[in-house]
Amino acid sequence: MKRTTKDKVAGLLFILPWIIGFLAFTLLPFAQTIQFSMSSVRFLADGISTSFVGIKNFTDVLMVDPDFKLQIPVFLKDMFFFVPMVLVFSIILSVLLNAKIRGRRMFRAVYFLPVVLMSGPVITNLVNMQATTLRGASSFFVYEFIAKHFPEALSMPILYIFDNVILFLWFSGVPILIFLSGLQKTDQSVYEAARVDGASAWQQFWKITMANIKPFIFLNAIYIIVEVSNSALNPFITLIKDSMFDGKQGFGFAAAATWIYFGMILLAVLAAWFLLGRGEKEPKGKPEKRRKKR
Amino acid sequence: MKRFIKARNQTNRQIRLIVANSRFFHILGRVAIYVSLISAGFVFLYPILVMLSSSFKDIYDISNSAVNWVPSKLTFENYTRAFQVLGGWKVVLQTVGIMLAVAVTQTIMSALIAYGFAKYDFWGKKFFFALMIATFILPQQITFLPKYVMFHSYGMQGTVWPLLLQVLMGQGMKNALFILIYYQFFRMTPKSLDEAAAIDGAGRLRIFALINMRMATPATVVVFVFSFVWNWNETYTTASYFGDKLTTLPIALEKFKKTYEMMFPASSNPLLDINEGITMAGTLISIIPLILLYVIVERRLIESIDKSGITGE
Repeated sequence: MKRTTKDKVAGLLFILPWIIGFLAFTLLPFAQTIQFSMSSVRFLADGISTSFVGIKNFTDVLMVDPDFKLQIPVFLKDMFFFVPMVLVFSIILSVLLNAKIRGRRMFRAVYFLPVVLMSGPVITNLVNMQATTLRGASSFFVYEFIAKHFPEALSMPILYIFDNVILFLWFSGVPILIFLSGLQKTDQSVYEAARVDGASAWQQFWKITMANIKPFIFLNAIYIIVEVSNSALNPFITLIKDSMFDGKQGFGFAAAATWIYFGMILLAVLAAWFLLGRGEKEPKGKPEKRRKKR
Repeated sequence: MKRFIKARNQTNRQIRLIVANSRFFHILGRVAIYVSLISAGFVFLYPILVMLSSSFKDIYDISNSAVNWVPSKLTFENYTRAFQVLGGWKVVLQTVGIMLAVAVTQTIMSALIAYGFAKYDFWGKKFFFALMIATFILPQQITFLPKYVMFHSYGMQGTVWPLLLQVLMGQGMKNALFILIYYQFFRMTPKSLDEAAAIDGAGRLRIFALINMRMATPATVVVFVFSFVWNWNETYTTASYFGDKLTTLPIALEKFKKTYEMMFPASSNPLLDINEGITMAGTLISIIPLILLYVIVERRLIESIDKSGITGE
């Protein structure tokens, strides 16, 4: 009896720093941002002064500010094109990497490198240098041909892929790793059985491979959404950063903008769950076991 | 009999054809896989190659559209000047020192907290754990403003304390993820070992440090490397906490153009104006420490990611 009490105290002591930290550096600031978002905040020499203004900041962000509205289509474009494309590329590459080939480790190392290097200023410099679009891509015959002869609804997405392929790949380092570990856990005998039954490689891919990595697709979708929406390339992040110390708009405006943006990210995550995560009770579980039972 | 032999020969031929066919497709598939993997690898490395190529070009090569990948003569001028603009060895050492301190602290504290969650039962454990996971999806912009005001009012702006205090209490960058990685790992290590050590009279901290931490080396590799890299690459919050007093390489890179124009005023000589070559040299210098780290730990890192259950299970 005495020992278990001691154990409980010890456990609490281990996580005590976290509890204190959570209260001081997460919960308190969290509550304060809510207050800031509904106040007009001014920076004084010895601190800050706030005065309650209700929802004025929120209406300012959504109605008055000319920039915030303009970025919403960009955000939607990112969510509808960028995130799915990163997913597609990482699935393709991880399936290819999963084949028994020489130099697999080397390929993996190269594909993972951007995760280590990607910081705000580096990626901004590269984008400014146009180093993230294949140089001369626009002079490719195919590119020109598509731009000229396809209807715009069709050519726009294709050209978008051309322009951003390097960014897709640079964002897919971690997802590739997650997919790979999912693929490596797949039972090889399932493939053999399918082959004996005469399933083509195409059928095997859709019926076995995709079925097995489905839970990981959801996990990765969330990862990519969070990563893309917090990247330095994201116009909202720049907007929020710029308005924080801007005398005219100030903290209150920035706080309101952050909340609205957070709401948009949550909506995107919810949409991903709606599309990919439904019916998966525990996305981190062992898919192969469940499937065998059926 | 003859007919039978003929029929058998025919089936044999057919089988051989099918085998040859499948071998052909097998090789074709292999080739296709290699071609796609190599071209993807090229695309991955493309920005780095562009950086390398432009950083060695002088102003004439940059404006000359005939010079594509290989500069007509190698110039190291860009590097010396970019290094000067970034702040030289002082900033390099400062960045490495600060980030080492932050990453070591974050690794140790994440392990301690995760250990408490993984090995002990106590009141409110599930509640705290759920809270910890929830902080993972909370964007850092939400809590940043008040934190900035808080540290400012404590007079900690311009010191490393804002960073250190946060990691000391398990609230640093992506801290929930690091705690989770250790948590998964500690749950896999057998409890019987801990019990045996306890019977032998080892204290709780000793059991943690000597048995569990030693077994959790893969998790430590992953957490330390990612903590170092992500803290290194974070510029906005770090720059705000540091103010004008401290700087890191990525922050210096962010201000590169401004600093450059201050050090080499535009009027003096148009040949000395900032150009792509110098910017790319600066960018490359700022990532060289990370590339070095990656080259050293790459093999262990990728192995450890597989082992440490970062990907679920």
